[in-house]
Amino acid sequence: MTNGKQKILLALRVNGEVREFACYPNRTLLEVLREDLGLTGTKHGCELGECGTCTILIDNQPILSCLILALECEGREIVTVEGLSPGPGLHPLQEAFGELGAAQCGYCTPGILCTAKALLDRNRRPSRAEIRAALAGNLCRCTGYIKIFEAVELAAERMERPSE
Amino acid sequence: MMRLPKFVYHAPTSVDEAGRILAGEGTAARVVAGGTDLYPNMKRGHQLPPVLVSLRRIPKITGISGTPETGLRIGACTSLTQLGSHPAVKSGYAALASAVLSISTPILRNMGTIGGNLCLDTRCNYYNQNYEWRRAIHFCMKCDGSICWVAPSSKTCLAINSSDTAPLLAALGGRARLISTRGERELAIKDLYNLDGIDYLNKRPDEILTEILLPPAGGWIASYRKLRRRGSFDFPVLGVAAVLWKEPDGRIRDAKIYLNAVASAPLEAKEAETCLVGRKLDTETIREAARLAAEMAKPVDNADFGIAWRKRMARVFTERALNDLKE
Repeated sequence: MTNGKQKILLALRVNGEVREFACYPNRTLLEVLREDLGLTGTKHGCELGECGTCTILIDNQPILSCLILALECEGREIVTVEGLSPGPGLHPLQEAFGELGAAQCGYCTPGILCTAKALLDRNRRPSRAEIRAALAGNLCRCTGYIKIFEAVELAAERMERPSE
Repeated sequence: MMRLPKFVYHAPTSVDEAGRILAGEGTAARVVAGGTDLYPNMKRGHQLPPVLVSLRRIPKITGISGTPETGLRIGACTSLTQLGSHPAVKSGYAALASAVLSISTPILRNMGTIGGNLCLDTRCNYYNQNYEWRRAIHFCMKCDGSICWVAPSSKTCLAINSSDTAPLLAALGGRARLISTRGERELAIKDLYNLDGIDYLNKRPDEILTEILLPPAGGWIASYRKLRRRGSFDFPVLGVAAVLWKEPDGRIRDAKIYLNAVASAPLEAKEAETCLVGRKLDTETIREAARLAAEMAKPVDNADFGIAWRKRMARVFTERALNDLKE
């Protein structure tokens, strides 16, 4: 049990690193990522589960960080847009989004990248319909989605043939 | 940033422990699983429970057991993604899988649970708004106020039940298991709901919905049709579930049709069911049953789209659901 008036000590595994901090039980993962851990790549949109902007990965599954408490994430593997690529470079998805201009204002991009990564990790060559279905929970108010779908397809192609 | 109000958080690891906490806390405590319905409501000030009892750490109420031949037991904390993609559900209960996969978005289905979808708070245009919006209209009877803005003379709240699984599980004869320190009981899903937007659930505050029991597959065919503005995100503005049991010669032995999102509870279209029994599912029969089902739907102006069109769609979508079940 946690007392609502007292902070609790949490240790979360974020982007491969264990981060310890104290927070109130009512803090969402979104608040903690941005305000306590300085990971502002994850954006806050509606904060009510109606836009998908704050999507991050928990155990490689897309999750809305605005609707999950930080304390509910202990013992789980959290990945944000900052940790999308395992190495120092960009993830193929990030490269493809940049190259094809699959972002305009860019606000929805971190969430879309996370959702797309989970898709490509379980389905190396998704069809256009499968990409559409997987991204159905991420709203973009600028691009009209076509470039986003094309960028996911390009990244999938490159991930299939990494040597080229 | 919209912040959650402060609360005491319990994370019991067994149903017994959760039941004891709920019994001790009385009506102050709220059960939470996926949080996708409760947390937005708390952020908007609809519900401000001082105590939350999370079911996330109770392994026993997550997962699916059984087979389509014997029937399924679905743990209430099974995520909608797990449920919709489970091989036994897809093979034996395809209409349920399709209803589940029509809920909200893939990301929210990773988080939301079947128990949460069944216990979903009722919805209304005058209720699902932020605190300042609601204060500007002096609130409504569902929360902080005394009047129903949809029908000011109404004595009961008319917020609608927006669960996509409830009408189908009711039509299939699904059952819910509820456990508290006072014992456990099984309730038909159709009896889980009240026609009251405030007191919409026949579940006491100290009871925990632990599992959903499905009858064996086979012998029946089912369909679910959902109306909404967008292909994802949106709650249903109308949901039609149809289940038919047929004789070998194709005549209908029994029929269940439930409409949702037209009232505070899933509504059984009894006259339409009666009209179907003993007949073959031809175009004329479907048309007549759909007309009878739509007569019962009395949507009020508290959701997306105009009410006259929503009522007309009750007929169209019942026709479509029944057409899905043609040979």
